[in-house]
Amino acid sequence: MVVGSGPGGLQASYLLGRYGIKHAVISADPGPGGMFRRFPFFQRLLSWTKPNAPYPQGTREYEWYDWNSLLAVEPENRSVMPPLMDGTSEFPSRPEMEAGLRTFAERTGLAVRYGTRWESTSRDGEGFLLHTSDGDYRAGTLIFAVGVAEAWSPATNGIEHVSHYVDTLDASAYAGKRLFIMGKQNSGFELASGLLHVASRIILASPRPAQLSVNTHSLAGVRARYVQPWEDSNLGGGVFIVNATIERVERHADGITVHTRRSDNGEPFAAEVDSVIAATGFQCPLHDLTDLGVTVFGQSRLPSMTNFYESATVPGIFFAGTIGQGVAGLKKYGIPANSGAVQGARYNARLMVQHVAETRFGVVRPRPRIKAADAIDYLLTEATTAPELWNQKSYLARAVSTDGHTLHDEGIVSLADFVDSPGPDAVAITVETDETGDIHPAVYVRRHGRVDSDARLQNSPLHDYRTAAHRRELLALTRGIIRR
Amino acid sequence: MNQDEVVDALAGVSLFADLRRPQLEAVAHTFTEESFPQGQRILRQGFQGTGFYVIVDGEVAVHIDGEERARLGKGDFFGEMSVLLGEPPVADIVALGSLRVLHLSGPELPGFLRQYPPVMYRMLQAVARRLRNANRWRN
Repeated sequence: MVVGSGPGGLQASYLLGRYGIKHAVISADPGPGGMFRRFPFFQRLLSWTKPNAPYPQGTREYEWYDWNSLLAVEPENRSVMPPLMDGTSEFPSRPEMEAGLRTFAERTGLAVRYGTRWESTSRDGEGFLLHTSDGDYRAGTLIFAVGVAEAWSPATNGIEHVSHYVDTLDASAYAGKRLFIMGKQNSGFELASGLLHVASRIILASPRPAQLSVNTHSLAGVRARYVQPWEDSNLGGGVFIVNATIERVERHADGITVHTRRSDNGEPFAAEVDSVIAATGFQCPLHDLTDLGVTVFGQSRLPSMTNFYESATVPGIFFAGTIGQGVAGLKKYGIPANSGAVQGARYNARLMVQHVAETRFGVVRPRPRIKAADAIDYLLTEATTAPELWNQKSYLARAVSTDGHTLHDEGIVSLADFVDSPGPDAVAITVETDETGDIHPAVYVRRHGRVDSDARLQNSPLHDYRTAAHRRELLALTRGIIRR
Repeated sequence: MNQDEVVDALAGVSLFADLRRPQLEAVAHTFTEESFPQGQRILRQGFQGTGFYVIVDGEVAVHIDGEERARLGKGDFFGEMSVLLGEPPVADIVALGSLRVLHLSGPELPGFLRQYPPVMYRMLQAVARRLRNANRWRN
């Protein structure tokens, strides 16, 4: 069973279909799109689809230039997004993204049972029973792609006077108002940037300083598209970015007073406003899965998972879509993977469904032979053009193993699983960014069942690693595995 | 674990014993909570770019060259040596069961310690204690 019809559920269902694995998809929504049926409110998405790229639309390499189309094998189902965008931006609007997901679902013939709400879950022998508004469904394997969009607000004194991001109104409702936004991550900045032209004053507050993605050299932090309020605040343009803990919210005749405590000196600071919006966070709506034994962690109540997105505590329960952000991977230099976004989650879904197919449906993965003479160039070409490696840097890798005589292509693998699992001598290559923002290939070599170190190849101004120098470096690192 | 539970867990960590509640809340917001299944390595011997971790729930084993040398549990921390020295870890840290940690990236640790001098002092004491124990063992 798959629960959810956002990008995660749709991608998982398509991939299950490709393996011929019988499944049903239910969704409480009346149609496909998941969170993109509602969010973001005012702004475009943060994921690009570039109509003109170094590689033609529909090719595998093009997936690095199109973060919004789901993955498919058939040419007519690939690169669905570009023709649906109006051409004025590399970022789709919310309606364009929703249309893209609807187009994918229709073209690939995904049979989603819309208007069917998952209500509760119980065990049924070796499998599970899903209790839904449409009756009970029995399945041996469950895949939850229910997103992380359930509104969550802190238990602050006076929280009843605060509305949540999900209930944000049309921009006109905030015309001339003094706005207080709790939270300084993307959702807070998205609201602020969308209301700069109507609100009379905007305060953005949370205990710790905002991080900007341009400083973290990654997609972590507030993205460039939403940074205008930051500049307004620097210039003193009616926007105030404050590091403070919100202690109490008080409504009175003329508006609302928000009582806070500053993070720098612990002094109290109060603001008089008309409206308070909590862009503080979202939770994963896992209903009664915790009663079944699924453990969760963090403010978002993400499930604890294995590297293949299976519950760490209840075998047979898997997750797809943005929930995969709970599998941190190596997170070198603190840089997270893109598992929370469509461009990363779609590849994670491929890994997850492959794992389900192999471990629960008897599918055997082909491991094509690679000639030793071709292996070095193959790995370097992957580092240069493989969309999996670029979308999920330091998280997914291309691996090649040896049985002593022959080299085999292990496919795209989870890097965390590769470096921590015993196995035959093998090489994995990925792309990584370090703390200075330098992008380069990284190589992991498994010998005698262990990966003892990481190594990096030199960088390249246009990120093309198919050079003689790179070949020499990779050859030296993989001696005894690729070549004798 | 909601934010209050994280702050309560941090209050029990000796490293943060000198911080008041508002500071603990700021610390809780600075770190990222992560979860690892049994057998997963959190710190890897010889790998670059590792970070600093505080255990909020669960246990880990410290392995050097494949041999278990120690165990750490709730309230303990690890990873600071690599960050302080700018060198890869000399040990593997492996989750012994379902594990929840708070993670601060390597690049953020120096700034964090400078922002909270009492934490830096307690870390200094912990490292000194380890050095003394290592010398004792050697002698």
